[in-house]
Amino acid sequence: MVPNDWSPLWISLATSVTATVLTLAAGLAAAAWRERRAGPAMALVDGIFLLPLVLPPSVVGFLLLLLFGRRGPLGRLLLHFGMTVVFSWPATVIAAAVVAFPLMYLTARAALEQVDPAFLEAARTLGASEWRVFREVALPLAWPGVLAGTILSFARSLGEFGATLMLAGNIPGKTATIPIAIYFAVESDDLPRAMAWCAMDVAISLVLLGGLYHWTRAQSRTAARGAGR
Amino acid sequence: MPLEVQIVKKLRDFALDATFVAGDAPLGILGPSGAGKTMLLRCIAGLDRPDRGRITLNGVALYDAEREIQVPARRRRVAMFFQHYALFPHRTVEENVAFGMRHLPREDRAKRVAALLDRAHAAELAKCYPRALSGGEQQRVAIARALAIEPEVLLLDEPLSALDTHLRSQVEAHLQETFAAYRRPALLVTHNIEEAYRLGEQLLVLSRGRVAASGEKEGIFRHPPSLEVARITGCKNFSRARAIGEGLVEALDWGCRLRVAQPLTRPPAYVGIRAHHIDFSESPAAGGAQENVFPCWVVRVSETPFRVTLYLRLHQPQAQPREAAAEPAAHHLQAEVFKEKWRLFRERPFPWHARLSPDSLFLLSE
Repeated sequence: MVPNDWSPLWISLATSVTATVLTLAAGLAAAAWRERRAGPAMALVDGIFLLPLVLPPSVVGFLLLLLFGRRGPLGRLLLHFGMTVVFSWPATVIAAAVVAFPLMYLTARAALEQVDPAFLEAARTLGASEWRVFREVALPLAWPGVLAGTILSFARSLGEFGATLMLAGNIPGKTATIPIAIYFAVESDDLPRAMAWCAMDVAISLVLLGGLYHWTRAQSRTAARGAGR
Repeated sequence: MPLEVQIVKKLRDFALDATFVAGDAPLGILGPSGAGKTMLLRCIAGLDRPDRGRITLNGVALYDAEREIQVPARRRRVAMFFQHYALFPHRTVEENVAFGMRHLPREDRAKRVAALLDRAHAAELAKCYPRALSGGEQQRVAIARALAIEPEVLLLDEPLSALDTHLRSQVEAHLQETFAAYRRPALLVTHNIEEAYRLGEQLLVLSRGRVAASGEKEGIFRHPPSLEVARITGCKNFSRARAIGEGLVEALDWGCRLRVAQPLTRPPAYVGIRAHHIDFSESPAAGGAQENVFPCWVVRVSETPFRVTLYLRLHQPQAQPREAAAEPAAHHLQAEVFKEKWRLFRERPFPWHARLSPDSLFLLSE
């Protein structure tokens, strides 16, 4: 039952971690940028940001393929520097990050919006720059929400299949993540192998949820400590 | 004058259009809710931008529409004290106070934080988080934090409104102490008449975005310049009025002639008197009515623990019960008296005799 090739696990973890870090940075930046703006143009911006959440992953993957393909605008640019993204490990990261981005963006924005503006204004009158206001006041106060978004993004990256298959394909030891390994194991009638990877996915998810549970408990304990004198 | 403000800003229902100067003494800004008081403070702090005008502090422009100057809030050294304090919940009391002192070396910072907390009687709270503090403690810490930037101006937005009554006087005393040591412009916004009077040395009355009165608080309370200001400063009794002679007016709504001490510079439109200035005298001396004394009947009574408000009808008792049922009992005057005093004459038969002292009456032009 134990797979003799562990590469899908490492590829999945490396892809999800990298994609989550990218998503966290991009999602926070987008949310912070968007929060200070209003107007009809912003509806369009929101639409574009949320598109990967609404579109089927295969469509996202196809659009990414058009973008990063040899004839696509980004693909050609990268080719200038001697890089091809399609069917390489970075392609798994790009696919996972793009698909997870809307979740991060949405939760981060909701978390930043619920921070009482009086805190930010107080910080400004106390001489803080906008960057310091964000880093020392807005972000810490929005942190529980941002963290929830990070975990959602990680989970989404870990489960990403359709767009990854489109952009990165199934290259064992290179782009074959756990979901892709499962699909091709079933495809080639290797049910024990498919089952083993399914068990692995369940295990990872449980560890993730357990960690989250302990973290929230620790948080509420800190909060309780803060309340006592 | 240290702080000069002359700004216009469009609000939802009206425009804030305020011109005033503030010296080194606390200025109480009194106005009903929604008069534009908070927006005025926000413009001075740099949190909102006026549409036109100028704000200068010690001769330096903080905002100037013509020269397109808008100094950002962080460079103004204008401390804002928020209604609900806005202490950072994720930082301890000392970290909150130290927030505005980033430019100081670490050792100096610690020393100054300790000194400020000491002055705020909050030294023992240094390591606590804000949520562990009572309202009064949060308030003192918020003041310490605001003073940490050594502000050139102190702005306070309803500093006492979030507190229970029993904490107010305590916190008010701390504010007075702070103002006494600070001696720079301090603007205190409130809708509470007594708070404005007790804490402000000068007074500015704001109504629908305009400065309706400004100057010495005693003067404004004694002789409000307009009906609006009289109302905002808590006066309850008005009557349309007409001059009929030297020091004599006819109060049309009250149906009587009144002698007034205030000289008639302009034709008066209204005459007014504060509720606690109405006296009750013994029956008029036999043989004729005294000046400014009128028979009256009580139509309604409203009690608070120590005082009572009497709604009075002048000249004749309440209309017949049948008519009275059709419309609420009409009263001419509201009088406010201490209960001790009220107990002395509450059992007396009607009519009582209300005396509107000429010194207490004030005239308002249109």
